[in-house]
Amino acid sequence: MTQGIAKVPERVPSRVFQARQAMGKTVIGEALVAQDNFSARYDLDRIAGIFSRPTHQLVGQSYVGKILIFDTAKGGVASAWMLHEMVSRGVAPVALVFNSVNPILVQGASFADLTMLAGFDEDITLSVPSGSMVEIDGRRGVLRILDRDCADREPKER
Amino acid sequence: MKLNAEEKAMLAGEFGPVPQIAIRHQITVGDFFGAQDFVPVSQAHVMADTESLGEAGVRWLETLASEKVGRNRVCIPTITDPRGTDFTKASALRQAPWMLSLERRAIDSFVKLGVSMTNTCINYQTIQAPVRGEHLAFGDTGVVIYSNSVCGAKSNFEGGPSAIAAGLTGRTPRYGFHLDQYRRATLRIRVEWTPVTLNDWGALGAVVGKLAGNYWSVPILEGLTEAPGSDALKHFGASMASFGSIALFHILGLTPEARQLSDVGGDRLTVAHRIGEAEIRALQANYENNDEIDVVVFSAPQLSLYEMRELAGLCEGRRFNKPLLAVTSPQVKTDADRFGFTETIETAGGHVMSGMCFYQSYAREIAEANGWKRLATNSAKLVNILGGYGYSVNLASMERCVAAAETGRLK
Repeated sequence: MTQGIAKVPERVPSRVFQARQAMGKTVIGEALVAQDNFSARYDLDRIAGIFSRPTHQLVGQSYVGKILIFDTAKGGVASAWMLHEMVSRGVAPVALVFNSVNPILVQGASFADLTMLAGFDEDITLSVPSGSMVEIDGRRGVLRILDRDCADREPKER
Repeated sequence: MKLNAEEKAMLAGEFGPVPQIAIRHQITVGDFFGAQDFVPVSQAHVMADTESLGEAGVRWLETLASEKVGRNRVCIPTITDPRGTDFTKASALRQAPWMLSLERRAIDSFVKLGVSMTNTCINYQTIQAPVRGEHLAFGDTGVVIYSNSVCGAKSNFEGGPSAIAAGLTGRTPRYGFHLDQYRRATLRIRVEWTPVTLNDWGALGAVVGKLAGNYWSVPILEGLTEAPGSDALKHFGASMASFGSIALFHILGLTPEARQLSDVGGDRLTVAHRIGEAEIRALQANYENNDEIDVVVFSAPQLSLYEMRELAGLCEGRRFNKPLLAVTSPQVKTDADRFGFTETIETAGGHVMSGMCFYQSYAREIAEANGWKRLATNSAKLVNILGGYGYSVNLASMERCVAAAETGRLK
């Protein structure tokens, strides 16, 4: 350890995670995390923009503008269309992150031009605190948990 | 991805903007999964009900269909999953005019693109069953799992945009279940009780799906020794795909790739789970929510001709006090009409609908329009889905569901 560093530099990410699979642009948002799964058809009220399946861990919570971090994607081929439709109405998440993902969500993210990461060395649902600000780089496949102060400032600088 | 000369030409726009859009989308998906190249496919099956597409999806289809430059028709047989309505029954469902208008626009675009409107999720029973080793671009998770597992064909879950892309390019990225290494068993399960009814088979599929848990899991089941028939495996697979996102299963000695455990690497796995009658009954008990019901639905998957025959037999001489909806494919409907099954079911007060599926037909809106809350069905897939649409769902045998349509009570 180097001695004498008096303060933490600004914009240092507190943790960085590398995904093996990635697509999309760089986005920043609040993470909504659950050790649960995701299906646009089965789990969501897509008009209200909330999780609606009674047994889902996030039932009642809004997913709009969030970076969703889940274990995996569940059945429902319709999700391939639904992400595009949700984006068109502005009632959509900004990125999706999974431990593992099925092709439907990948196809849907490609069609909707959403950022997506999958495949980490650690369980990503246990590594990112829900509510933290994160940055997702879809080109490099990198997820960064941003320092809270830095993250709060980020939108104002844009 | 490595592209051949034709694929490079498509990407460069030499076939026009429509194949270019299609192959660009496919390359994005292929790159995500590390696909090395494309594989030619013989058929595409497109899931594209308008509840899923919305206005945005329909506009996208219209843009493709109206393109004047280059090629804008599919180049392999490309068929459709159920629509969001049966136009002849839309008033019985109290669907709104805007839903039908959106459907008509989508259908017009599909027809212009050269897609055949089969409107079925049981194409393996009615249109053309895939054969072992055939590479496909199929949508509808129930269609894919049946084609992979029972037929031994090769497909990933292809969502609507990807299936259309495959129809337009005649190929799909070679990843996942197109590759032999992904078809090997990852989870060994011993089944110690053989299901009897279709809803038992669906419940077993649900238990396996929940245990297996994600798309890349391939369960192998041992202990089932007698071939249960197409409808049982249809409910079993559709439910497993719905509950677990599973696209391929093996049944030792029954499905074509698993004559022996070692054929799919099952001999390297220890038995991870044992499923008996108790586990299946426990799953079903989660879906015994009401004594009284508002509506009975047979759908998801669409009913085969044999299911329609059985249902007609159960409806004979009854008079329903609650709505009973039986949803089948346009191909089966024609035969059900000829054989008198439709008349028998409708004389009892039921409705036979075709070319749609209940949950793809604005299930939330028609529940509100009709005052339907408590629903009974024999489809494990349907109870899984409708929980998210605000229904209180009940899973029971076909016999109990038909009786409930008469008495209003599930006994």
